[in-house]
Amino acid sequence: MNIFVLLKQVPDTETKIRIAGDKKGIETNDVKWIINPYDEFAVEEGLKTKEKLKEGTVTVVTAGPDRAVEALRTAVAMGADNAIHVKMDAPNADTYLAAKALAEVLKKENASIVFTGKQAIDDDQAALVSFVAELWNVPSATVIVKVDVSADKKSVQVQREVEGGTKFVIDCPLPAVLGLDKGVNTPRYASLPGIMKAKKKEIKTYQLADLGLGSESPKTIDSNFQLPAERAAGKKLSGDAGAQAAELVKLLREEAKVI
Amino acid sequence: MLNFKLTDEQTALQDMVRKFVQNEVLPVAAKYDESGEFPRPVVNKAFEMGLMNGIVPTKYGGMGLGVLEDVIINEELGAGCLGITTSVAVNNLGLYPIVLGGTEEQIKRFVTPFMSEPLLASFCLTEPGSGSDAGSLSTQAKDMGDHWLVNGSKMWITNAGHASLFTVFATTDKTLKSKGIVCLAMDTKSPGITLGKHENKLGQRASDTRAITFENVKVPKENQIGKVGDGFKIALKTLDHTRPAISAGAVGAARSAMEYSIKYAKERKQFGQAIANFQGIQFLLADMAVNIEAGRLLCYQAGLALDEGDNKRGNYFSALAKRHCADMAMDAAINAVQIFGGYGYTKEYPVEKIMRDVKLVQIYEGTSQIQRVVIARHLLQD
Repeated sequence: MNIFVLLKQVPDTETKIRIAGDKKGIETNDVKWIINPYDEFAVEEGLKTKEKLKEGTVTVVTAGPDRAVEALRTAVAMGADNAIHVKMDAPNADTYLAAKALAEVLKKENASIVFTGKQAIDDDQAALVSFVAELWNVPSATVIVKVDVSADKKSVQVQREVEGGTKFVIDCPLPAVLGLDKGVNTPRYASLPGIMKAKKKEIKTYQLADLGLGSESPKTIDSNFQLPAERAAGKKLSGDAGAQAAELVKLLREEAKVI
Repeated sequence: MLNFKLTDEQTALQDMVRKFVQNEVLPVAAKYDESGEFPRPVVNKAFEMGLMNGIVPTKYGGMGLGVLEDVIINEELGAGCLGITTSVAVNNLGLYPIVLGGTEEQIKRFVTPFMSEPLLASFCLTEPGSGSDAGSLSTQAKDMGDHWLVNGSKMWITNAGHASLFTVFATTDKTLKSKGIVCLAMDTKSPGITLGKHENKLGQRASDTRAITFENVKVPKENQIGKVGDGFKIALKTLDHTRPAISAGAVGAARSAMEYSIKYAKERKQFGQAIANFQGIQFLLADMAVNIEAGRLLCYQAGLALDEGDNKRGNYFSALAKRHCADMAMDAAINAVQIFGGYGYTKEYPVEKIMRDVKLVQIYEGTSQIQRVVIARHLLQD
C-alpha cells in the first residue's frame, strides 16, 4: 500500500508574527519552522496504518521552499520511509498551485491513501484537502477523528465529529484524500535512530516543470498583510448590580453587537 | 575555522528533546519532586526515543553519539528537571567504564542488553569515607583465583535501587592507594548485596540515591574491566567524559531559571510598572544570560575535545565547564528566586525547585572545589 502524507512547514505556534516590509507576507527571519500540527497527526496516522496493515510504505510530500526539506526530515525521523519535495516559493505559490502539484505527484506515484491535516495553522484556509481530491478526481473527507482502513484495503471508514457530539460516519473507496483533526491520534516523537536515518535519506525533488506545470501560474496573490488591531483595554462597569446589568446589556447590544 | 553552529542533525536532536521535555517532563516534574518516586514512565519513554546510552558505539548496537551530542541532550533535559535528567543520564556514567576500559567481548556481554530494553546501570565509586579523595576508597576485592570476593560499602549511588548492573571500584591492596584499584562489572542480583533506603534529598528528588553494602559478593574474573590497578584511571576517564553533559544539565536548569524570571519580571508590577523595567532586575537577568552562554560554550569545547580524542584538553575543559556551570546555575537559581520574591519561595512556582536541584551539581561527579584543583593542576604543571 502506498501511504502518502501531505505536510506543510509552518511557523512555530509561539512565533511572534511580523509583517514583511512589502506587506506581501510575514518576516521569515528568526522564525522557527515546524510541521503543521494537523499534518503531524497525518504523519502519525500514516505510520499507524502501515503498522496495522503490516505492509506498505509511508511517503511524505511537501510543496514549498528549500527550507521545507527540514519538515520532511523530521517526518522521516518519526518513521516515514520516503520523502518528496516539490520546490515552489512565493509569490509563485498559492493553495491552488500547491494542490495541483501535489495531485500530480500523487497520480505519478500511484498513491493508495492520502492523509493530511484538515488545515494549516499559518493561513488557516482549510482548502487543500478538497482541492487535491478534486484535481486528482478522488473522494475526500475532512475534520476526521477516526480512521479505519478495510481489510481488503479497498475502502476506508472515517468518523467526523459533528456539533453536539454526534458522530458522522463516512465509508469511502480508496484512493481518497483525508483531512485529519485533533484527537485522531497522538503523534510520536522523532527518535534518535530516526534522526540518524533521516540525515542519510535521499529526498526526491520535483520542479513544477517536472510535473508538467511549468506554465501554470497561481490563481491568487497575497498583496496586503496586516496585523490584527491591538486588543483594547477592558471596561469596568460601576454602580449597583441593576445599573451594571443594564449597562452590560446596552454594551453587548450596541458595541459588541452580539445580542 | 570557528563555527558555533550546530549541524542539522544536532538541531533536530535538540528539537526532539525539547519537545519531549515540554510534553513528558515538565508536566510531571513537580509531582516526582514532591513524591521522590522513581520516574519510571519517563525513563522508559526516554529509552524508546534513544535518549539513553547514546554513547555506546554503533558496532555494539548503540547510537555512537559523541560527548557533544550528550551535552545537547542534557541541556534540554536539564531545562525540564535535573532529577529526571540524572535518572536518564546516569546510564552513561555506569556504562562508560566498560565502553572505555572493557574488551570487545565484555562490551558485548554487558552493554548490548542495554540496547534492547530500558535497563539501568550504576557507577559505584564513592564510599561513606571516600568522596573527593576517591583514590582512598576501601571496598575490598580479594583475589580468589577464578573470582574476586568483594566486601565494603558504597554511598550516594544513583539508580542503585533500579539497576541491573553495577560498575564497582574496589581496592586489591590498600597500600597501593589509587594504583591498587580494580573495576568490576557486577550483576546486581549477586548474593551478598544489600541496598540502603532511597535517600530523602534536598533536591533532585526524582533520582534514586542509595547506599550499597557488599558482603562476600563473588564477581567472576571475566567481569574484571581492564587490568588490576587500572580501575582509578578508568574512573577518572569516565568522569572526564560525563562531566560535560552533567555541566550542560546545569546550563539547561539555569536557562529555565532565566526564562521563568524574564516572564515573571514582565508580568509583575510594582511602583506602577513591570519590575523588568528596573535595572536591579535587569542586571540579574543580564548576568544569567552571560553565564549561561559562556557555560554552554565550555560544555561544547569539552565535548569537542573529548570527541576528537584529545583527553588532556578534554579533562581541562570538562573541569572548567563543571566548575563554571554548576556555580553559575546556583547563582542563577538563587537570583531567580529573588526576582520572584515571596512567590519564588513557594512550591507554587518552579524556581525554588531549580535552586534545590542545582545545588547537587556543585557536589556530585566532583565538587566545584575539586574542579578547581583539576584546573589548577593544568595551570601549574611544567
